[in-house]
Amino acid sequence: MGISSKPVVFAVLSAAVILIGTTATVFIPLFMPSTQPVSAFIKPYTAVEQEGRDIYMREGCNNCHTQTVRPLRTEVLRYGEYSKPEEFAYDRPFLWGSRRTGPDLNRVGGKYPDSWHYTHLMSPQGMFEKSNMPPYAWLAKNKLDTGYSYKKCSVLGYGYSESEVQQQISQYQATVTDGAYPSKASRDKVTPPELRKELTEMDALIAYLQKLGRDVKQMEAKK
Amino acid sequence: MNEAGYNYRVVRGFAFSALFWLVIGLVVGLWMAVEMFYPALNLTPWLSFGRLRVVHTNGLGLGFALAAIFAASYYILQRLNRIALPFPRLAQAHLYLFNTAIALAALSLFAGMNTTKEYAELEWPLDIGVVIMWVMFAINVFGTLIKRKEQQMYISLWYIIAMTVAIAILYIVNNLEVPINLFKSYSIYAGANDANVEWWYGHNIVGFIFTVPILAMFYYFLPKATGLPIYSHRLSIVSFWALNFAYLWTGAHHLMLTPLPEWIQTVAMAFSIFLIAPSWGSVVNGYYTLQGNWDQMRSNYLVKFFIAGITFYGLQTIQGPLQGLRTLNAFFHYTDWVVGHVHMGTMGWVTMVVAGSFYYMIPHISNRELYSIKLANIQFWLTLFGQVIWTVAMWIAGIQQGAMWKATNPDGSLMYNFLDTVSSLYPFYKLRFAAGLIFFIGILIFVWNLVMTVRKHPRTAEA
Repeated sequence: MGISSKPVVFAVLSAAVILIGTTATVFIPLFMPSTQPVSAFIKPYTAVEQEGRDIYMREGCNNCHTQTVRPLRTEVLRYGEYSKPEEFAYDRPFLWGSRRTGPDLNRVGGKYPDSWHYTHLMSPQGMFEKSNMPPYAWLAKNKLDTGYSYKKCSVLGYGYSESEVQQQISQYQATVTDGAYPSKASRDKVTPPELRKELTEMDALIAYLQKLGRDVKQMEAKK
Repeated sequence: MNEAGYNYRVVRGFAFSALFWLVIGLVVGLWMAVEMFYPALNLTPWLSFGRLRVVHTNGLGLGFALAAIFAASYYILQRLNRIALPFPRLAQAHLYLFNTAIALAALSLFAGMNTTKEYAELEWPLDIGVVIMWVMFAINVFGTLIKRKEQQMYISLWYIIAMTVAIAILYIVNNLEVPINLFKSYSIYAGANDANVEWWYGHNIVGFIFTVPILAMFYYFLPKATGLPIYSHRLSIVSFWALNFAYLWTGAHHLMLTPLPEWIQTVAMAFSIFLIAPSWGSVVNGYYTLQGNWDQMRSNYLVKFFIAGITFYGLQTIQGPLQGLRTLNAFFHYTDWVVGHVHMGTMGWVTMVVAGSFYYMIPHISNRELYSIKLANIQFWLTLFGQVIWTVAMWIAGIQQGAMWKATNPDGSLMYNFLDTVSSLYPFYKLRFAAGLIFFIGILIFVWNLVMTVRKHPRTAEA
């Protein structure tokens, strides 16, 4: 073989061979709208939900929870309607996961009240004795950092103005700190007194979890 | 004996870096293994499972495997080209940068700076560090190749070239991201595209770190250890190009039955089956090399490592394509079966071949005899048994959980709630921890043996 005495030619040829499959199955689909279709029903995350998503990523929740329900009978029975591509148009990065140590979360939004999540995140073993999920009570002891919220939303192309981002944050803060908030008791139980009037990382994470699978229900209803 | 002025300092540096990160990565792995059935070990945020998992995968994939690959590559490049490294200071700087980057990577992952894209979790400043490190490595690779004194490039060099080129493409394309600040960025791809790019990367980073350079070691060190030439040069040429061509089409078998367009999944499935052929090309080449000399399995302690390694590679490359089939994937995906699959590759194939290569290489570059062949044999059996128990436990756990997820009552309702499908696996998780411990003891003996080899003079070590 002549090329096994020409290292540079060999390297160029290797790269070319590697790029054939790459181009066909990765680069070309990037430019096909059918790979990641969009739907007007699927709305971007609010600033608070996005902050919650970033906490989900920081804690590596994706290492144990998937976010894609497969079109299989028992899976739809267990989690709900199977995942549609439109749902993920704003997901940068995607969080489909690869291992279900815990259950899939793509349809968890609206499945339980916020109070359930506060109690569960505080101590999964308190709710389910045999659960092996790590406790996340300390998320309620961290005030949510919203310093980059606007920058995040604009980089992600959500189209919010700076005042809209501020409004989303203060609105959600008003909701969870309101005396009439239905999950007040369980929130107060895990949140230290000095943070009860503030937004915590746990508040944001729960806001994100409650968003999952919510918009697609309207999309499905219209079909 | 180093009359040619070969640079073995950097080889030794990378080899012992690999051993260091191997021990660290395994300690993290053992800790997580306990967390799986005893969640009270999630003591602090940085010890929580979600953060540790990425420290484990990056620590062993980048810290251990890459360092071992750099060590073996620098060694093989000099030997096969019959020339010293053209830029020894650059290689030394590469060693320092590598260890600094891995240490910072571990710290940043403990701190939760995590892009979540599997095996590409490092944030953007470290990505830039990795790219710089790769360029430093590539300069010596091509520098050695261009200035070489040997007319033909042996098989191992092809694999090193392919790795150098492929990793650069994969790493850069998958890690394109927009920074928010020094510690946070977002992928430039969204949703299904991000998933497709990520698993094209995720599958091939495994291919071009855990397969291609390990094959380079296999093709170099097996003939060296046995004194036998590789069985078929032609077979190695065919399997090399077929592997390089087919590997890149198969990433989407990690995304079966997800919202990714079905045609991409199906193409991936077809090429995955095709990949059995070139993979087994290397397996057959390895086995036939020993044709008529199988007594070396008993008489030559090194041979066991390579033959056990290539056997697990053969099993791995049949199991992988089969679990990529849509129907089987529907059952096995997201269960511990896949965890077992991955660990057969890493603990069986990669660790075995690296161990065999190091047992040959370290005494050679140190101009000493191995400290203890007996300890090497004990290590072989401990790591073999540890790994087999580990992976078989996870396969059974995976089958059980897959079946429990699918089980329905006569009225069509689900038979088990999710928690039951998890807690019924705890006996397997305990067994997995015990098996991991056996494997870990084997690794400690491996490290001890090599440390003693470079520390003591052979004559005083005989006692």
